[in-house]
Amino acid sequence: MSVARAYGAIAIAALLLALLPVMVQSNTVINALVTAMIIALAAQGWNLLAGYGGQFSFGHAAFFGAGAYGNAILQTRYGINAYAAMLTATAIGAAVGAVIGYLSFRSGLRGSYFALITLAFAEVFRIIANATPFTGGAAGTLIKLQVSAANFQFASRAIYFWIILAIVTAVMFLMRGIERSRFGAYLVAVRENEDAAAALGVDTLDVKLKAIMLSAAMTALAGAFYVQYFLFVDSSIAFGTWISVEALLGPIIGGLGTVFGPLLGALALHFLGELAKAVAGRVLGIDLALFGILLVLIIAFARDGLQGLLTRLARLWRARRPA
Amino acid sequence: MTAPLLRVSNASKRFGGLLAVDNASLIVKAGGITGLIGPNGAGKTTLFSLISGFEPPTSGSIVFDEAEISGLSPHRRASLGIARTFQIVQPFAGLSVRENIAVGAYLHCRRRDEALDRAAVIAERVGLASRLDAPAAGLTVSARKRLELARALATRPRLLLLDEVLAGLNPSEVRDIIPVIKAFVADGITILMVEHVMQAVMSLCDHVYVLAEGRMIAEGTPAEVTREPKVIEAYLGPGAAARIASGAASHG
Amino acid sequence: MTSLDILAAAVLNGLMSGAVYALIAVGLTLVYGVLHIINFAHGAILSAAMFAAYLAFQAGVDPYVAMVPLALIFFGLGYGLQRLVIGPASHGDDRNILLITLGLSIVIENLLLAVFNSDTRTVDVAYGFSTLDLGFTFLALPRAAAFGVSCLVAVLLWILLAQTDTGKAIRAVAKEKLGASLAGIDVAHIYAVTFGLGAACLAIAACLLLPTYYVHPRVGNAYVLVAFTIVVLGGMGSIPGAIAGGLFVGVVESLSGLMFGESLGQLGIFVIFILVLLIRPTGLFGAKA
Repeated sequence: MSVARAYGAIAIAALLLALLPVMVQSNTVINALVTAMIIALAAQGWNLLAGYGGQFSFGHAAFFGAGAYGNAILQTRYGINAYAAMLTATAIGAAVGAVIGYLSFRSGLRGSYFALITLAFAEVFRIIANATPFTGGAAGTLIKLQVSAANFQFASRAIYFWIILAIVTAVMFLMRGIERSRFGAYLVAVRENEDAAAALGVDTLDVKLKAIMLSAAMTALAGAFYVQYFLFVDSSIAFGTWISVEALLGPIIGGLGTVFGPLLGALALHFLGELAKAVAGRVLGIDLALFGILLVLIIAFARDGLQGLLTRLARLWRARRPA
Repeated sequence: MTAPLLRVSNASKRFGGLLAVDNASLIVKAGGITGLIGPNGAGKTTLFSLISGFEPPTSGSIVFDEAEISGLSPHRRASLGIARTFQIVQPFAGLSVRENIAVGAYLHCRRRDEALDRAAVIAERVGLASRLDAPAAGLTVSARKRLELARALATRPRLLLLDEVLAGLNPSEVRDIIPVIKAFVADGITILMVEHVMQAVMSLCDHVYVLAEGRMIAEGTPAEVTREPKVIEAYLGPGAAARIASGAASHG
Repeated sequence: MTSLDILAAAVLNGLMSGAVYALIAVGLTLVYGVLHIINFAHGAILSAAMFAAYLAFQAGVDPYVAMVPLALIFFGLGYGLQRLVIGPASHGDDRNILLITLGLSIVIENLLLAVFNSDTRTVDVAYGFSTLDLGFTFLALPRAAAFGVSCLVAVLLWILLAQTDTGKAIRAVAKEKLGASLAGIDVAHIYAVTFGLGAACLAIAACLLLPTYYVHPRVGNAYVLVAFTIVVLGGMGSIPGAIAGGLFVGVVESLSGLMFGESLGQLGIFVIFILVLLIRPTGLFGAKA
């Protein structure tokens, strides 16, 4: 793949998405799009660690929550500016990733065990956040509504959408860069076979640590943005299993270990969720139940997700067209 | 006399109650091919793991290029110039041949295009040029062995540890791969090989060590060690050497 | 009541809930020991079983009466799930199994949510508040029953594994899958039987929990992390380990609840869990990626 094609596709996709709020002005739709983009960002974080690095976390909520609470608490308790708070919260997320990663990878945890321990960390954070006054306890933390660009608060939802879209796009460029770098090659080598990678001079612990830090930072930024958009966070939003699950569903459904996978998956999931609600009415949980079925079907029949499906369809289409 | 490239002194490795390597020593001089042979379960692969850093020795020292390396991790040893292949081949199954080799090439170059170019050159040398963009998962046994060699070679090793690269190949495949290994030596790479294909050992190795039940029982040229009664007994059981000798006498 | 009495009561209560934990953990560890997978759908199946017991109660069947029929039904469900869904869909890859069982848990949990809403329900049994007077404390009758039945199930399971042909086949598959299949054992069948046994344990646990606990589509989650902890603590795949671990965790939870209050009491379990995972030598864990 040429450099122009590798990056051009991302730019085109971003431009097309950026036109959406111009075409559709419904607040509900834009709201759904913003949420989908937040999930896409969190999911890209998961994708880096699991899709490329092969380390399946079931507890990315730990990072999302660190970013969410980090942002909210820095602003409400310490009066820090929203922009600085979001950046710091992202760094806090990376630090949490470093600690969890160091402890788990040092102990040689892989596969199911890594999934379990990340799940447990997220759960510990949830219990603590729910019980301590510092995080607002069970009542959660509210950021005061003060609409102003200086506070990263905007009257128009479209602006939030464009900002999160820009972040998602930047992260996709970054992922493409990683894919084409030595770090990316090492990360994939670690996923495929750690011993073989080590024999070829790959410092596997170092690679996994860098991956989890970067992954956690991306997911924490998603959390920080979530709080900035909804101006509220509590323990079950921040550290609940919903975000761990959505962060992993996106890439798996969209295409594991691909740059577009998380975005495709997150958009598809939200579209599907809305569709389910439209058909079945407001039945609780019906959308997630569908996602679960989709997850099983994708693993059973289309390991490479939507992205793979699209590629295969495109190939079929080209083959059918008369030359 | 110059210092040897690798010196293993009194190395032992214990797994629970099992002494897999028992006070073994060996020396690999720079240049040429040194063989390590022995019956199944003798501890050859364990000794390789001690040298390449996948297992820490219980005791003993491992000196590479006059520096003690027994405390270093595998990737540090790889960057010092020790590469290994695995007895059970370990390709990165989801990657292409070129990407597999590039992982090794990245050790000495940061840039992607450089690593990929180098991978293509090395694939050519081991006879995989035609399979460059094929997924590693789909390779034949003999191509996988070549891929192991190629990846190791891409790290620009000074010492290459080959763990039964010929096992599982048919005689014509063995014949085809031997020149590839000889070409490595011509390039100045020193090789230590574990091998069961005795014909290959006899034709390739300058010096051979024999390991049995974790202990080094003999060393010398291939011809010398195969005459050694201790070696024959290690392979064929106690008394075998005497039986063969008497058999030879009665025929002679 | 002296402080010693309070302590003794807390330990006793811990043992009672620990026995049910042990039962849940036994199902999990059995599946791990044989299939070498962590069944992330375990909690959701427990939730489903509790709703099944709840529906039976609504239809006029006492949970203790429903226990055996439900165990059989859930055995069948578990068997089918492994044989028809998890086995074929995972293509034998461990990471796929991880995701398939996660997917199943999402499906089951949310279908329950769609059907029953997120209301918390309880059942009103006549003996719900009956107690046994032990002198220093009163013991709730349903909890004592739960303890007794859990112990009985453990013994029955042990007999099944040690004495019957199926049990021997299960142990053979757990030790050496390939060898067992060469000896003529149908591995896919044994996998499904094991999974079914795990689900049956959950059905029994559900009937034991119903008289004293609430029902909710996510109720199983509260137990499943505890069960993971127990399984890791007791050694993955070890049934005696799961029983001992279950009792231990029950007591720890009860005591830390006494000292730190309910919500932080749970914390103790997770901290133990994380520590055990980190400190146990890597050889036992993660060797199988």
